[in-house]
Amino acid sequence: MARPKLKGHVINRDWCKGCGICVHFCPKRVLELDEHDKVVAARPQDCVCCKLCELRCPDLAIEVATEQE
Amino acid sequence: MAIKDYIREKFFPHIWCPGCGHGIALNGLLHAVENMGLKKNDVVMVSGIGCSSRIAGYLDFHTLHTIHGRALAFAIGVKMSRPELTLLAPMGDGDALSIGGNHFIHACRRNIDMTAIVMNNKVYGMTGGQYSPLSGYGTMATTAPYSNIDQQFDVVDMATAAGATFVARTTAYHVQQMADILEEAIRHKGFSVVEVMTPCPTYFGRKNREGSAVDMMEKLKTMTTPIGSKAKQENPALIERGVFVKKEMPEYCAEYQKIIERATKGN
Repeated sequence: MARPKLKGHVINRDWCKGCGICVHFCPKRVLELDEHDKVVAARPQDCVCCKLCELRCPDLAIEVATEQE
Repeated sequence: MAIKDYIREKFFPHIWCPGCGHGIALNGLLHAVENMGLKKNDVVMVSGIGCSSRIAGYLDFHTLHTIHGRALAFAIGVKMSRPELTLLAPMGDGDALSIGGNHFIHACRRNIDMTAIVMNNKVYGMTGGQYSPLSGYGTMATTAPYSNIDQQFDVVDMATAAGATFVARTTAYHVQQMADILEEAIRHKGFSVVEVMTPCPTYFGRKNREGSAVDMMEKLKTMTTPIGSKAKQENPALIERGVFVKKEMPEYCAEYQKIIERATKGN
């Protein structure tokens, strides 16, 4: 199976509650909380599209959009 | 279908606190349902009362938000009249095993085809952090300010002893395992019990100095181990996760249909 290529992180800022679970458990430290305690993709170039952030988000607020290479 | 197609978006963001494990259980359940390709009209979700039971309002299946501890009683009613539907009964720890304890053990005994999901955060969150039958000896709660002297139930042991034919435990940290186990539980023909250990940072975490939602998730990682692992032999305090029971037994609705056929024979 081809490795998925990142299209972008789709973040719903209205749903994000800033719990920090996705930020902490990202294996590549791609995500950060901004000054409003909302998640942002600070280093998207490091993302390996494992989608663990998407799976662990209690608020369904983050999605990793990919395209097949 | 994408997982977002299964939710009622107009009710989001949900009422659960930041970092609430119930949200992760919802997420895992949606992935299981999506993976199975279930149609929204073929799924009925029946919940009781409590933080956990709010889940039924957020999902776009046929949903019933019923009375405290009685999710299984209502779910059995639905299943008996429409056995072709897939029944999901998400419950909290207090809802399932305290208020609904009797319904729980008898549903296990009857082996009716549905999936009971016990979202165990070890506390009554919605009503202010009272201890539940899953809190455990030595824990703190608003109703146990000098520590709790009640021993806890073990959901897996109890469901197994009561006769459930599929019994499993997973956690909000182990999301991939959670989706896999929930899928296996839904596919199982018979009464399935899945305990999902979920962090409650607002009450259980705060009262027991377990730190933030992230700290509690880390703890779920370190305090659990796969069934039969070497780590468990070295440290018996670890909680095992995985599928404990999976066996075939006569299913209740199928047996009931046989009774109907027997009783109406020759009419």
